[in-house]
Amino acid sequence: MRKDVLIAGFGGQGVLLAGNLLSYAAIDEGKNVSYFPAYGVEKRGGSATCTVVIADGAVGSPVVGQPSVLVVLNQASLDRFGARVRPGGILIVNSSLVDVSALNRDDIEIVSVPMNEIATELGDPRMVNMVAVGAYVALTGAVQLPSLASALSQALPERNHRFIPANVKAIETGAQAARPKKEA
Amino acid sequence: MSKRLFVKGNEAAAMGAVEAGCRYYFGYPITPQSDIPEYLSRVLPGLNGEFIQAESEIGAINMLLGASATGARAMTSSSSPGISLKQEGISYMAGAELPGVIINISRSGPGLGGIDASQSDYFQCVKGGGHGGYHIPVLAPNSVQEMYDLTMHAFDLADRYRTPVMLLGDSVIGQMKEALIPNPRPATELPAKGWEVRGKGGAEQRVVKSLFLGDGELEAHNWHLHAKYQVMKEKECISEEYETADACLIVAGFGSVSRIAHTAVTMARAEGMKVGLFRPVTLFPFPEKALAQAAGRAGKVLVVELNTGQMVEDVRLSVGAAAQVSFYGRPPGAGSLPSPEELLEVIRKNYDESAR
Repeated sequence: MRKDVLIAGFGGQGVLLAGNLLSYAAIDEGKNVSYFPAYGVEKRGGSATCTVVIADGAVGSPVVGQPSVLVVLNQASLDRFGARVRPGGILIVNSSLVDVSALNRDDIEIVSVPMNEIATELGDPRMVNMVAVGAYVALTGAVQLPSLASALSQALPERNHRFIPANVKAIETGAQAARPKKEA
Repeated sequence: MSKRLFVKGNEAAAMGAVEAGCRYYFGYPITPQSDIPEYLSRVLPGLNGEFIQAESEIGAINMLLGASATGARAMTSSSSPGISLKQEGISYMAGAELPGVIINISRSGPGLGGIDASQSDYFQCVKGGGHGGYHIPVLAPNSVQEMYDLTMHAFDLADRYRTPVMLLGDSVIGQMKEALIPNPRPATELPAKGWEVRGKGGAEQRVVKSLFLGDGELEAHNWHLHAKYQVMKEKECISEEYETADACLIVAGFGSVSRIAHTAVTMARAEGMKVGLFRPVTLFPFPEKALAQAAGRAGKVLVVELNTGQMVEDVRLSVGAAAQVSFYGRPPGAGSLPSPEELLEVIRKNYDESAR
């Protein structure tokens, strides 16, 4: 098993935390992981991306040209990376902020999840990244949902541990939002 | 087995240094290696050590020289432009035969260049970046675990051969996070020092210096250093091979590129191409014999680097007429990091040619 995902959004949407959380969960499951953040002159409001590779054997390249799964949290990321999704791959879109109608790809599966609406309904729009992780895991089975819940205590600084229950709820809701679309 | 941690490459190198017994660090911040001083600034004071943010890279390398002359395990780290500034000090340490570890999380150049992953400093690191025709061992990790393990190894090499040792990475290896098993420092027999300066105290005077003015003195010193390099070439080469046994084409690359090439080779194998990967772990001493053997079997080597062709020269010298050598390079800069798919395409082209 080797699964790769490119997560992209703007700085402040929690893209890097989402990648970290996935990685911690995979490590807890005994898998090999590489987490590679875009390392540029990035800042809040600029672009933020990270690549996570999860494998039973050797991870190999932490750099991925054509990701099998792309998660985009904002429009700029779709415009920049949409064409790179591997044919047969999955594009997970934050439909609250991203319009996919202009993307001309009939060779990939596109799953739209209104992540901002879901996060806001659950009490905090900042949990958009957790909704995204939940959707990704539901669609790919890269890690188990309970592993994500227990990995939160490692991925979050201790002062934020009080938010863990809310984040778990956001992950689960993201997973539910993605699943029926997968079956349909 | 210890618990698997999830850490950045830079942090792993800093942790490896602490495990190796390094208690003194001198440095000046520069992207993309500042996690190393950041980590050590938190940890060393609590271990009875010293962390000094020097006034400059030149100050830091000379502090390393001084600490090392007292026999302490000490380290500095920087990135390419800062390493250029340190070259005078590294040359003095090589001349005075002082151990010490220098971590270089290199970036793109020349000049201020950029902060992207780069292998443009292979020549500078491997051929002796300062004056005087010296060499220092250069280790090229390609994983977070190796950032930890090879930093420990660097300290042992430094003490065994009384030489500065460089660990060469880039922002891919330094900034990515992977699982790390923080193994305890391996037991190693090291020569007693006996040369370190410790103040007067009545004992026989010891002098640590790189100035040799007596008739024949410096020539003899240079032959002595040369002899050390020959022993290193004999004993200290490290390399790794993947799928080379039956390969008709060997891809050769170090550090970050070797990781990308690993996946490209796996993809090529899935397409039925007999391709292997050869990765030098030590860049000096260069694993000439192991490469010559693998290349001789395959008959063709494709060197991949993040520059316009540097290690390829050592590959050509190693394999001689035993194999045909071709090169694919991406000079560093934003957006220039090749993907596995890109390297697979290069493999296809080179493989088709060799099959003809």
